[in-house]
Amino acid sequence: MRIELEKRANPSTLYSILSPFLALGLTVIAGGIMFALIGKDPVSALYSFFIEPLLDIWSLHEIAIKAAPLILIGAGLSICYRSNNWNIGAEGQFIMGAIAGAIVPVVFHDWHSPLVLPLMLVFGMIGGALYAAIPAFLKAHMNTNEILTSLMLVYIAQLFLDWLVRGPWRSPDAYNFPVTRDFAPEAILPELIASGRANLGFAFAVLAAVGLWLMMRYTLKGFEITVLGQSERAGRFAGFSSKRMIWFSMLLSGALAGLAGISEVSGTIGKLQPIISPGYGFTAIIVAFLGRLNPLGIIAAGLFLALTYVGGEAVQLTLSVSDKVTRVFQGLLLFFVLSCDTLIQYKIRLVFSRIGQSSEGGAH
Amino acid sequence: MSAVGASGGSPLLAVRSLTKLFGSFAACNAIDLDIQPGEIHALLGENGAGKSTLVKMLFGVLAPTSGQILWKGEPVRIPSPGAARRLGIGMVFQHFSLFEALTVAENIALSLSPGISLSKVAEEASRLSHLYGLPLDPKAHVADLSVGERQRIEIVRALLQNPELIILDEPTSVLTPQEADRLFETLAKLKAEGRSVLYISHRLEEVQRICDRATVLRHGKVTGACDPRQETPASLARMMVGSDVASVSAAGTNTKGDVLLEARHLSVPARTPFAVALKNVCLKVRGGEVLAIAGVAGNGQGELFDALSGEYPVPDAGAVSIRGKAAGNLGITARRLMGAGFVPEERHGHAAVPALPLSDNLVLARNQSDRKTFLAGGVLGVIRHAVVRIASKRISETMDVRKSGENPAAGSLSGGNLQKYIVGRELDRQPAVLIVNQPTWGVDAGAASRIRQALVDLAKAGSAVLVISQDLDEIFEVATEIAVISEGRLSDAYPAHELTREKIGLLMGGMYGKTEGEVAHAH
Ligand SMILES: Nc1ncnc2c1ncn2[C@@H]1O[C@H](COP(=O)(O)OP(=O)(O)OP(=O)(O)O)[C@@H](O)[C@H]1O
Ligand SMILES: [Mg+2]
Repeated sequence: MRIELEKRANPSTLYSILSPFLALGLTVIAGGIMFALIGKDPVSALYSFFIEPLLDIWSLHEIAIKAAPLILIGAGLSICYRSNNWNIGAEGQFIMGAIAGAIVPVVFHDWHSPLVLPLMLVFGMIGGALYAAIPAFLKAHMNTNEILTSLMLVYIAQLFLDWLVRGPWRSPDAYNFPVTRDFAPEAILPELIASGRANLGFAFAVLAAVGLWLMMRYTLKGFEITVLGQSERAGRFAGFSSKRMIWFSMLLSGALAGLAGISEVSGTIGKLQPIISPGYGFTAIIVAFLGRLNPLGIIAAGLFLALTYVGGEAVQLTLSVSDKVTRVFQGLLLFFVLSCDTLIQYKIRLVFSRIGQSSEGGAH
Repeated sequence: MSAVGASGGSPLLAVRSLTKLFGSFAACNAIDLDIQPGEIHALLGENGAGKSTLVKMLFGVLAPTSGQILWKGEPVRIPSPGAARRLGIGMVFQHFSLFEALTVAENIALSLSPGISLSKVAEEASRLSHLYGLPLDPKAHVADLSVGERQRIEIVRALLQNPELIILDEPTSVLTPQEADRLFETLAKLKAEGRSVLYISHRLEEVQRICDRATVLRHGKVTGACDPRQETPASLARMMVGSDVASVSAAGTNTKGDVLLEARHLSVPARTPFAVALKNVCLKVRGGEVLAIAGVAGNGQGELFDALSGEYPVPDAGAVSIRGKAAGNLGITARRLMGAGFVPEERHGHAAVPALPLSDNLVLARNQSDRKTFLAGGVLGVIRHAVVRIASKRISETMDVRKSGENPAAGSLSGGNLQKYIVGRELDRQPAVLIVNQPTWGVDAGAASRIRQALVDLAKAGSAVLVISQDLDEIFEVATEIAVISEGRLSDAYPAHELTREKIGLLMGGMYGKTEGEVAHAH
């Protein structure tokens, strides 16, 4: 037996709009079943997962803190994906951005100036962009597959960070802990409002997403991205270069991932350590698709996935379930988004094929 | 209930008040049609009449809004192409559905039931293609094949299913006369075997030659049925369009201007193993001239277009010049800014992005040449959608583009109407040099004469026009000069009135010695 996907003649527009919400609903239902199976009351578990965090100021700030990198990276990735460039390595670009940005407060820690922070942010973007330049170069000039190269570079970045904080950048006063020295106050990203920890990173994220939305909707550059994503040949006819688009989209998403990295390190952690991301660069891929590759949708999707992080921590405490529950929810969500999209575009057919020669021989 | 005109016996396929709505627009409106076993039945109608929509419903690609399909007298539902094939219906689409990265055999295997080995498919395909006179190399990659060759794959693919009814949507619009003749032999063979053919074409002569009956559609309705052999092309055209078709008044009296487009010893190596290399192509087009390049598909027409348009520039700047300036190494945008306009052969995914609305497809071709009008905000490049829409509407009106809605996706237009739009898109800016590859592929008689007249008028107004075409009728209608391309070499250009079809045939065959002699002479 074989399963065949057959393209629907008229996929429903209504359902394509509803698809992310359907996926959310299905994720909640599947999550409830999962809680029931491990012996927790699904209603109260879902309540503390999805509702409780929205009810107090502290966790709203946490959501904003976690949404910031997701939105920044997701918005950059949406540009890549729309132009048919599949950058999967944002996690690595995030780390490299954090490292490049940290050069100022770690290596030049004696230098005190209001320029420190802006310089860090710029370095962060450059670091992320340069790291994304590697798969961009390989794709544009060597014809390699950017999915593989960008993904593999993630592991290199993670190990490089690990080596840095254990070796050359380890703080002299950290009793051999693998961390850099704490950033000086002027190297810390200021808080957004007085009521809590959420920092300027969230403002960067919203600004970037709105900016990219404007670009996609109104400018020739956005049009170029759309056209090249749909047909390279038509793009060539329009005078657009797909090679330049590889560079543009990869550097842009790399820079935004790098900015997310340095913002996270400077605003939330305050130093470098072996692990600086709970997988933001990968979760942002879910964010990008859940937001329909539309930067405004990505703001909403980023907030929702941030909620899964915060809610995951909450149920971990109140119900003492594993910390993997967040990952499970994110995985379910991606699974349902992609399956909803697929089932809206295609219908499934089971094909029971005749088994080769033996039955043919027997039939006559 | 039984149709009066039907020649006895029960029809193989019958259609009863079949309707297809797109929104509130009726692309097919209560259509009745009978196809007898063993007949070749023509489906005629101008662009956008609903022919493709009708046959897509018969092949399970589109779901009818209402109405009935009867197969051998039984009501059937055809929910998918697979279901149509199982019934015994095969189809060759107007726009092909092939995977470019795969080989011919792989593409064919994809549409067959699984479990048949690739070598068997290849064997069977080449047997059929020889039997029916449609030469094909099963190992060739589709990306490297010309439009004509791609179509053969589709035909062989349909034949492999051993269908009782074969639907061909404009099969000959991309074939040379010789290739078309062979196809007609194939069709005659199929008919002799008792199979039926539903045949869509805009070429009325061939309909008269091979079809037993014809049904005419207009604005989604059946407006008549006839025996095409009792009609003349003119009377058929009148049935389709509802009025007489204007004949093109040639560009004979043009005054010759400066050389606006020139290729000097243009040589381009083949980009892919199956592409054609251009060898020492020289041509000159003056203002007021229409140079037509005749030739069998796959002899370098696409490559010549790519080199002249600048989609693939050449290192030698002097190899192409536009309005006297060297342009060989410049890209397509720079050449547009020098006053040239281009219409490629393939509409979907080259001249237009099917999923984008028409207005966006206007920006596609004119984002730099009309930068001042279409863009605002300097370097930001904000697209003025309102202005673009007005321009797009103007083009649709001038070219009489029929469409559902104000600004629909390009892919929803019928083939001929999209062609009118993409030609109109260039004419609208009155380019000094216009290069067109297959200007009227799949365009109905009325619209074709409109497009040809527009090309002639553009030349009359002083522009240089280069038309690459396989259609000799078209060439004699528009050309002031004619050259022939064969295996990447271009013959000298001759004044159109000095040439006949026979002479062009000779040029296609015996020109090598001559060209090479001349090259030797030139150096
Ligand atoms: N998917 C669609 N959505 C909206 N309108 C459509 C769609 N497909 C076709 N149409 C409209 O239906 C009409 C009939 O189109 P169709 O392709 O059947 O014409 P046709 O007779 O095959 O013309 P041609 O000779 O140019 O190929 C056209 O006006 C077209 O714009
Ligand atoms: Mg059609």
